[in-house]
Amino acid sequence: MSVKELIWLFKGVMGENAYQQYLDHHASTHSSEAPMTERQFWRDKTDRQDAHPEGRCC
Amino acid sequence: MSENESGRGQAGASRVQRNEDADVLLQDPDLPPTAVDADKEDGGWTPLKIAVWVGIALLGGVSWTVLAIVRGETVNAMWFVFAAVCSYLIAYRFYSKFIERKLLRPNDRRATPAEYKADGKDFASTDRRVLYGHHFAAIAGAGPLVGPVLAAQMGYLPGTMWIVIGVIFAGAVQDYLVMFFSMRRGGRSLGQMAREELGLIGGTAALIATLTIMIIIVAILALVVVNALGESPWGVFSVSMTIPIALFMGVYLRYLRPGKVSEVSLIGFALLMLAIVAGGWIAETEWGVALFTLDRVTIAWGIIIYGFIAAVLPVWLLLAPRDYLSTFMKIGTIVMLAVAIVITRPEISVPAVSEFASRADGPVVPGTLFPFLFVTIACGALSGFHALIASGTTPKMIEKERQTRFIGYGGMLMESFVAIMALVAALSIDRGIYFAMNSSAAATGGTIEGAVAFVNGLGLTGVNLAPEALSTLANNVGEESIVSRTGGAPTLAVGIAQIMQGLFGGAGMMAFWYHFAIMFEALFILTAVDAGTRVARFMLQDTIGNFVPKFKDTSWRVGAWICTAIMVAGWGAILIMGVTDPLGGINTLFPLFGIANQLLAAIALAVCMAICAKKGAFKYLWIPALPLAFAAVVTITASFLKIFSPVPTVGYWANHMAFRNALAAGEQSFGNAATVEAMEKVVRNTFIQGTLSILFVTLAIIVIATAIMATVRAYRTGGGPSAEDPAVPSRTFAPAGLIATPAEKELEAQWANLPHDKKPARAGH
Repeated sequence: MSVKELIWLFKGVMGENAYQQYLDHHASTHSSEAPMTERQFWRDKTDRQDAHPEGRCC
Repeated sequence: MSENESGRGQAGASRVQRNEDADVLLQDPDLPPTAVDADKEDGGWTPLKIAVWVGIALLGGVSWTVLAIVRGETVNAMWFVFAAVCSYLIAYRFYSKFIERKLLRPNDRRATPAEYKADGKDFASTDRRVLYGHHFAAIAGAGPLVGPVLAAQMGYLPGTMWIVIGVIFAGAVQDYLVMFFSMRRGGRSLGQMAREELGLIGGTAALIATLTIMIIIVAILALVVVNALGESPWGVFSVSMTIPIALFMGVYLRYLRPGKVSEVSLIGFALLMLAIVAGGWIAETEWGVALFTLDRVTIAWGIIIYGFIAAVLPVWLLLAPRDYLSTFMKIGTIVMLAVAIVITRPEISVPAVSEFASRADGPVVPGTLFPFLFVTIACGALSGFHALIASGTTPKMIEKERQTRFIGYGGMLMESFVAIMALVAALSIDRGIYFAMNSSAAATGGTIEGAVAFVNGLGLTGVNLAPEALSTLANNVGEESIVSRTGGAPTLAVGIAQIMQGLFGGAGMMAFWYHFAIMFEALFILTAVDAGTRVARFMLQDTIGNFVPKFKDTSWRVGAWICTAIMVAGWGAILIMGVTDPLGGINTLFPLFGIANQLLAAIALAVCMAICAKKGAFKYLWIPALPLAFAAVVTITASFLKIFSPVPTVGYWANHMAFRNALAAGEQSFGNAATVEAMEKVVRNTFIQGTLSILFVTLAIIVIATAIMATVRAYRTGGGPSAEDPAVPSRTFAPAGLIATPAEKELEAQWANLPHDKKPARAGH
């Protein structure tokens, strides 16, 4: 495994690539609306977590 | 093309009624295949493959022989690693594959919820290796680090065997099945599935059980932290510093550099290390000791207030950054511990099966091996709490159906390995010190002299504890005293410190490593406390909302505060009860933690069994039924012993009556309780513990009974209605396991060569 792949894996596990994932999804749906900016996306993400909490195990 | 589409539409419509037809789902002829042909999948058995598997089996067999049969003076930790890893590999390759082929039959031609419900946010196809890490970070916490330490009292063999065999036939099976069934249902939660499969009574019982179980689990985890931080100014300082660090990270991510998660985690980690080192400086100063030496009741109240605030604050400010920090530490420390154990290879002198395996009076946790070993070690072998994670969050991110084996079954194997490493770390410390640390203050009096007298008085072969051993160790790890530091976390921290100082820094670094270990355990636990309180609050709001509709609105502040307060009061009361328990706390409450966790597992497995029966898979029903039967027998026996046992150390009610009679007879002290007030406390605590035992076992019996009824009904009619989402053809491909097979690589190449506009959306590499 190369260093580049390790960094990609690490960032993925930490959840850093969520915005890129959203952009890819947005591009593939050919939506006419502009995608959220990075700042808007992360705000939206944590605000959604406010309403849909995820469990963490013991 | 249009003909093709209408044909697909019709085929799709008729298939809605018969989901099992999904394997003939029509694929888009313009796209490469979305699944590998079943016959090409493994490429058959080559002599090299056979030789490798024979080698793994032989190494595993030799390792188990060394652990179980050869009786030397000591046994090297490497045998634990080999025995566990070889068993995991064989189980993963053969048993999980068997479950995949015979019972679940995933179909990569079917789209997963991440594909057909894709929204780029909650439903987002995620690379299997990334998702494995995500899922592991969500399921593994302090549980597998604590249970094995306490179970080390029975010797090394019972714990090791249960962790490895338990995960293979129970824990990993539960996680895999729940994840798969939730994925087939659009990512529905365990509670929703229970309601669908078991009906109103079973579903309601499962909901109440889940709520109460969450309360008890959060309470006992918090108790572990309190015990680790009590009278420890260093620990109190560095763990409380995690709050400002998390707040800073939250503001940084929200306002300064949104999305720079790894960057802020690295900064947070550096600050965390600084907090640990600074804790050492502060513990040296007079004002630091005066300010940060807190008794356990104060710390407990601190955690209760913190838990309430954390659960009502917006997620971005505290919870999300803390979770990043916790994930970062989880991956880092587990890799570090594995490397350290492999390099230092500690020798273990604990007997294979100790005196306490067959006796009910073990000072760490009371009760004989059966059933109490199986409830002392829950996480790592079989953890019901995982069913809450494996349903809901992870299934919404799975890219292809066949990946559930790697992520669900494989993820749990990794947690089991963490439990084995924790067990090895705890076993590597001197047995006398182990018992001095883990016997309650009621037994040792909390003093070195008391601990030495108590431990040497246990009459254990080969144990001769000297007072200097305890004072030197306390000094080395930077604590005032290590006597009666129950709860497992400090013991593990000593074990880790001993292993790590052999690698970095020598004895001078022991204090740092000890507090490093305490820090990450506290961090995992506090993250679970925050998240658990929040999840429980939403469940409670949803439940109350059935009667008072306003409560369903989760953005309604008053409702949110009321429900949070109820949940915090629930676990806070049990926490305070544990901290002030004259009998010790951990030793009386920990069995309830394990019983609660295993009961949740029984509920999850019962739901899985009902689903399998409705699918008509009666021939392989034993796959969920076997671990269900075991979990049911263990937890129901343990609960009955806790309720009906006449031995006061084991039975809550026996203890309750003994203390009540003593009070009625006008005695001033009884057993470990020195005052009338302490006796009254025992009477009250045993009443609560006994009542909770009755509640848990009743709910579990209801859920299991409704599941058996649903199964029998399905057997009579040859199956039942399926609650699966209708099958949708997939338009994407990804390999199933960690490493792509040659056939999968060939398909990946075909997909990579597609013209750009035809490629499906996927997380960028």
